Amino acid sequence: MNNDTVLAARGLRKDYGKGEALVRAVDGVDLDASQGETVAVMGPSGCGKSTLLHILGGLDRPTDGEVWLADRRIDRLGERDLARMRRTDVGFVFQAFHLMDELTAVENVELSALLAGHAARVARRRATDLLERVGLADRAGFLPSALSGGQRQRVAIARALSNEPLVVLADEPTGNLDSASTLDVLQLFEDLHEAGQTLVVVTHDARIAATADRLITMRDGAFIDETRLTGGTTGRLGDLAGMDG
Amino acid sequence: MNQEVLLALVAKEPSHGYQLLARLRQALGPLGAELNPGQVYVTLGRLEKSGLVASETADTKRSTRKVYVLTPAGQERVAEWLADVNWPRPGLVEFHLKLVAAAAAGLADPLTIVDAQRRELLRRLRDAQRAAMAEPDRSEVALLLEGVVLRLQADLRWLEACEKSWTDRRRDP
Repeated sequence: MNNDTVLAARGLRKDYGKGEALVRAVDGVDLDASQGETVAVMGPSGCGKSTLLHILGGLDRPTDGEVWLADRRIDRLGERDLARMRRTDVGFVFQAFHLMDELTAVENVELSALLAGHAARVARRRATDLLERVGLADRAGFLPSALSGGQRQRVAIARALSNEPLVVLADEPTGNLDSASTLDVLQLFEDLHEAGQTLVVVTHDARIAATADRLITMRDGAFIDETRLTGGTTGRLGDLAGMDG
Repeated sequence: MNQEVLLALVAKEPSHGYQLLARLRQALGPLGAELNPGQVYVTLGRLEKSGLVASETADTKRSTRKVYVLTPAGQERVAEWLADVNWPRPGLVEFHLKLVAAAAAGLADPLTIVDAQRRELLRRLRDAQRAAMAEPDRSEVALLLEGVVLRLQADLRWLEACEKSWTDRRRDP
C-alpha cells in the first residue's frame, strides 16, 4: 500500500450459498485506489463488480479478506460505525439514482449533510453550492419527477459529494442515460477528477470506462486485466473519422 | 482530401484555396490540425486538370490569387456524390482474419489480441470524448466527434463478442 492509497482491498472473497449451490461472486480481489485517481472496473453483468463495489463501500461484508479506507480497516466495523463511515467517508452513485421522490433537488442533496450532523443552514448552503457545481442551480426547487434522467443523476452526484467523501463509488452511473446525458455525467466525472476526487466506478459502458486513469477488467469474480489508459494513444482522431490527408 | 468535398464547397461560391481550407478547419475543429494544407492545393490542381473546376486569376494590390469556380461537369459530380450512399468501411475483415489465423497457426492467443485491441480503442475513445467535451454544445464539430464516439463504442461491442466467442471455443473446442 502506498502512502497516497485511499482505498485498498486485499484478498477479497464473497460467497453466496453453500455446497453444490455455492457461488463465488468475488474471488480473490486486490485493489488500490490512490488519492485523486479514477479507477474503472469493467466486466459483463454478473461478473461480480457490483458486489465488489458494495463491499468496498461498506454496504456489504466480504466472506474473507480486508478493506481499508484511509488506513482504517472497515470490513470489521460494527454496524453503527459502519453506518457513520458510509455517511461521511463514502459517496455513492447508483444506476437508478435513488433520489427521494418527495424531496426537491436541493433537499435531496442537503439530506446527507443533515444526516451527518451538520446544521441546517450549513447543509443548505453546501447543497446549493453543489447543485451549482453540477450545473443545476436553476433546478434546485424541482422534484426529481420534473427532471430528466441526466439531471437526476447530476443531483445524485451532488448528493454523493455532500460530505466531501474520501472516495466516490459509482455503480453503472450512465446505465439509464441517453447519449447526451451520458456526456454530461462524463464531463462531471472529469471535473471531479481534476478537483482531485478519488473515484471508483464499475460499469459495462465503454464510454465511462474510457474516462478512467486505470481500467480493470473483471470476469467471474476476479480481475483478469489491468491497464493504464492515460497517454500512449497511437491513433489519430482524423483516421477514426475517415479523414484522408 | 476527398475531391468531392472540395467540389461541394466550391459549389457554394467561387473560392480561394485558403478560404476552402479555413472552412474545412472550422468544420473539423481539433481534427482540422491533422489536415495537410498542401493536400488541399494538390487536390484543387487535380480537379482543375480533370475539368471539374476552372480557375480565374484575381489580382489584388498585394498578390495574385486563383479563384476556383465549378464547371458543369463538376456540378454533375457533386450531385452524384451527394446521392451516393457508400459508407466508409472499418477493417473488420482484416481483424477477424487475424484472430482466425493466429489461432489456427498457434502464433498468438486470440484473446490477447482482442485485449490489446480493446485497450487501444478505449484510449482512442478517451481522446475522442475529451475532444467532444471541449466543444460547445451543438457545434458542428461536436456532432462529428459524437459519430466517432458511437462508432468506437460499436467496435468495442464487437470486440466483446469476439472475446466471448473465442473464450467459448476454447472451453469446448
